[in-house]
Order: sequence, then C-alpha cells, then structure tokens
Amino acid sequence: MRRVLPRRLHPRVAMRSPTAGIPRELMKGNEAICVGAIAAGCRFYYGYPITPQNDIPEYMSAHLPPIGGTFLQAESEIATINFLLGTSASGKRVMTSSSGPGISLMQEGISYMAGSELPAVIVNISRSGPGLGGIAPSQGDYFQAVKCGGHGGYRIPVLAPHSVQEMYSLTMLAFDLADKYRNPALILGDAIIGQMKEPFVPTPYVRGVPPEKPWALTGCAGRPRQNVKSLYLKDNEIEVHNWKLHRKYRRMQEEEVRCEPYRMEGAGIVVVAFGTAARVSKTAIQWARGEGLPVGMLRPITLFPFPSKEVDEAAGTADVVLVIEMNTGQMLEDVRISTRHHDKIRFLGKPCAIPTPEEIHQEIRRLAGEIGVKAGNAR
Amino acid sequence: MKGGEKGTFTKQVFSRPGSLVDVRTHFCPGCHHGIAHRILAEAIDHFNLREKTIGVACVGCSVFLYDYIDVDIAEAPHGRAPAVATGVKRAQPDRFVFTYQGDGDLAAIGTSEIIHAANRGENITVLFINNTTYGMTGGQMAPTTMLGQKTATTPYGREFRNDGYPIRMAELLATLEGTAYCARVATSTPGQIRKAKEAVRKAFEMQIREMGFSLVEFLSTCPTNWGMKPLDAQKRVLGEMSEYFPLGVYKERRQADFA
Repeated sequence: MRRVLPRRLHPRVAMRSPTAGIPRELMKGNEAICVGAIAAGCRFYYGYPITPQNDIPEYMSAHLPPIGGTFLQAESEIATINFLLGTSASGKRVMTSSSGPGISLMQEGISYMAGSELPAVIVNISRSGPGLGGIAPSQGDYFQAVKCGGHGGYRIPVLAPHSVQEMYSLTMLAFDLADKYRNPALILGDAIIGQMKEPFVPTPYVRGVPPEKPWALTGCAGRPRQNVKSLYLKDNEIEVHNWKLHRKYRRMQEEEVRCEPYRMEGAGIVVVAFGTAARVSKTAIQWARGEGLPVGMLRPITLFPFPSKEVDEAAGTADVVLVIEMNTGQMLEDVRISTRHHDKIRFLGKPCAIPTPEEIHQEIRRLAGEIGVKAGNAR
Repeated sequence: MKGGEKGTFTKQVFSRPGSLVDVRTHFCPGCHHGIAHRILAEAIDHFNLREKTIGVACVGCSVFLYDYIDVDIAEAPHGRAPAVATGVKRAQPDRFVFTYQGDGDLAAIGTSEIIHAANRGENITVLFINNTTYGMTGGQMAPTTMLGQKTATTPYGREFRNDGYPIRMAELLATLEGTAYCARVATSTPGQIRKAKEAVRKAFEMQIREMGFSLVEFLSTCPTNWGMKPLDAQKRVLGEMSEYFPLGVYKERRQADFA
C-alpha cells in the first residue's frame, strides 16, 4: 500500500502516521544517518567527498554549525580518520562517512583507534570495486568491513541497515556500541540504501551507555596525566593488550548479535542476505510465499558479530540455505564457518549489481524443485 | 647541595621544569631531544598551561613524549599528528594543543597533514625536530638528509638525481597564509638555546592569542646514526646544516587577520 506524498514539502516531508504517533519523515537513507547521528548527540563530523555518500557531508555541513557542532572537510580520508582520532580522544562523539576507496585510506587510522580503544562511527556507503571500480551499489566491501582491512588483528561492530528506518536507528545504536566497547563501529550501507528515499519514524534516542569518559584527554587538571596510545614495547605488554582486546570482541559476540528472522515459519528454504540484497529478497519471498513455497530469510543486522548460532540453527532445520549477496561470495564464507551443513548451502551472487526480485524468485522456485516442493502446494 | 648547608641559598636560579617528568630518558648521548623537551616543558610552565595542554606525539624517537612531559598526550599514526591535533583542538578550542614531530614524520609521510593544518590556520603549535635522518629505525635517509650524506639507505651518499634535495620546511610553510609563526632554531650553543626558547614562547603566544598555526623547526643532532661523537655532531649543526637550513624567523604575524 503506497501513500501519495505531497511533493511540495520535499525533501523533508512530515506526515502523521496513524500507528506510530510520531510524525514520519521522508528522506534519503544518507540523510537519515545524519538525523540519527545528531539525535545521538554527535556534534563533530569530518569527511572528504566521494560518491555515493556526498549527501552526508552536505547535510552535516548545513545542520551541524547552527546547533553548535563542527563540520570540517579534510584534505584526504587519511586526515579525516585522524581528525576523528583526535576528537574521539577528547571524549566527544564523532562520525565520518565515505565509500570503498576512502574507507581503504582510513584503515590505518581505524587500526590505531581500535588499538588505542577509541570510539567513533564510520559509515561506508559502498560502491563497486576493486580499485576505482564504479559508483554502482555493491556489497564487495564485506571482507574489508567484517574481517577488518587494517593491520594487526582487531574487530569492529559492523551494522548492515536494509531500510531508511534502519539507517536512522542503527546509526544511533552504532554510537552506543562504539562508546560501550571503546571501539570504532562501522555502518555498511550501499548506494541503493543511501540514495533511496522512503518514510521513516524518527524515534527518540534513548542513550544506552553512560556519557562519562574518564579516559578522555582534557588536560590533566586535578588528576595525573593520561595518554591515548597503541604502542606497547615493554616485556609482554602488547600480548596482554591483545588478550584484553580479544575479550572485548568475545563480549561483542556474546551480547551484540542482531538479526531479523523473516517469514521463517516452516521454511525449508532459508535465504541469508543483508542490506539491499535482503531488501530485494523480501519481495521475492513474499511472491514465493504467495505461491505456497516454504521460504523465509535470516537477515544478519550485525555482520560482526555474525549471527552464527542463528544461521546454524536455521541450516539444521532447513532443506537448503540460499546465500544472496551483491558480490561473488563473501558473507558466504561466514555462513560456511557457522554451520556444518555445507551440503545445504547455495549461493546467488551478483557483483556490483542488484539482483532483481524476479531473479531471486526464480532461484527460490528452482531450489523448491530441488527439494521436491512445487509451487501451489502450500505446506 | 654539595658545598653548603641546605637553606643557605638566598635565591634558587635553576631547577627542573614542573612539566618535565623526573625520569631518565631513552635518548642517546649527544641527542638534542632532551634539550627540546626541556624548552617545551619550560614554555608550558611559563604560560601555566600544564593542566590545559594536550600534546600529540609522533612516530619516531619522540614517541615516548608521554613518559617525559607531564601533560595529557595522544599518540598519532606516523605523520598524522597535525590531523590528530586538529581533531583535539576542534573538540576543545580552549585547550592548548601541540605536536612534536621528527623530520621523517613531518616532512615525508606527513607532508599533506602539515601543509593543510598550516593552510587552515589550525590554531596549534608544532615543534619540528630536524636531525636529517630517521633515528628510531636506524638512520635511513630522511627528506632533510643533506646532499652527500651517507645514511643506512644512501650508503653512497644522498645524490640529487636519485633522491632529490633536502626539503626546507620552515621556508615552505612560511608561504602559507594560515601560518602565523614559523621559525628555525638550533640548540648547539647557549645563545642558540636562548633564542630557541624565545621562538617557542612566541609560537605558544600565537596559539594563546588565536592567531593561527605556529611552528618551530629545531636543527638537531643524531650522533648515533651520523656516526659522530657528540661534539662533532654539534659542529655539523653549526656548519653545513646551518648553511643549508638558515636559522631565523620566517614568518611572524603581527595581528590576527580575523576578527
């Protein structure tokens, strides 16, 4: 059911939702990220232009200064991430956004921030690669985001929104996760989810972590000097530090897994997809369910920590697991690691392009035939 | 206190600066980092900034700044100290923010960050230690290495056709509008040390008065990697280094160029 939106109020259309009670907003995903960040108390944004995320720095440059915030365009993504490092070390909430090539340049800084235990939110509105690639939407940055592209071995929470609503709400969550764990957190979107405009409910931000940051560098008034660093040269200091970080990452895996089961009742075919691929899959799953095909989806919302237990349980009861990605198979590896049922895993990949609902629907029908279920035979 | 009873002095004329931690440093004999550290600590004390200062350490011999200077200090990735300092200063404009960087850090890998911090007129102070080599990694060629100078990676001497020329950062940065103060000093004679102190105080004043970016370049020694005795290293600073890198004030803004 589509509602006709009054175009003259574009681009920020507030309208009453009969259910939510909060006026909905009509915005691009990229803009919803900004609204979420500002709601979460972020007053510092640094960035460097790159398509397809320019809506974010443009929005922040217009909206931060009037509320006493700081927007600064850096000379490079390398400088950007180090602006973040300095502002984060000062105890302030800070965000940047970029796309694949720029995120690559930030990897050094992200490693330093992970090693120095500094929180920040980094948004990747990913584009096609490798190299300059293209500006078409892609999920080719999964490995870089989830396995971490910087040196030394560290982990960061990675959130994968599949709607403008989630661009808003997961941004707020990212700030809380970053502060909770004193660690950078990443939002992995893509050109579709960033440029897509749809209504969302700007639910009020409820702080999930205490605001105090006693470790921040604020000048050593009334206390001994302290520092923010990642260099540990004495004896086994760096080993001890690594185990400490490891325990933190383990805690993320225990406490922060988020995923959405979608139409999973009696699903013999389980789609595993995130972000835009998941969004398109929902349409195909609705069509297939309409034909009586037993198909559902497990959608990871956190890519790290990955919902391994949930994937394993779903794979145990399903006849077949269909991994769908806008790449040639990256999350596929995490699905394989999560379960012993490798024989059930199938893959539908489309690098640097969006799979259509028709393509996914066709694949679901083919797999239904494989497991002996015909369309029209409702379970 | 030898030579007299405690309390017989009428006036104390010399002591360790309060901001200089009383520990043994890791610096080699004849290295000038210790002198620069002391000048920095004296300036912090002079302006009573110890509890309002955030320093940014670079990668190199000076990374242990946080063990020696008694203020809050952040460690930056190699070359990125001006960017980290920017992030600190933008978040806390009422704090005093400085970086302390070597020549490899500032003039090679961090060229982009230093130029743009200066060009933005970023209200920070930079202490730049130029000893014409990468000290911590074992004496490789730096961007400031002199022509003909033998280093671990120029075993036949720096040759301009292959390696280019030593870069003069103080002169280069003085051309930028955002630079409020820019000077080159040395610390090889008592007179030079006195001038270096004046320059550092000037640089501090620029930040305190919100005039913009300030930098003091120190011609420094690295006897270990130069393969010289400390006194010979001093002579090198006073001789060929000072000839190629002339001492002096290259820019000094008299008045803020913004209201």
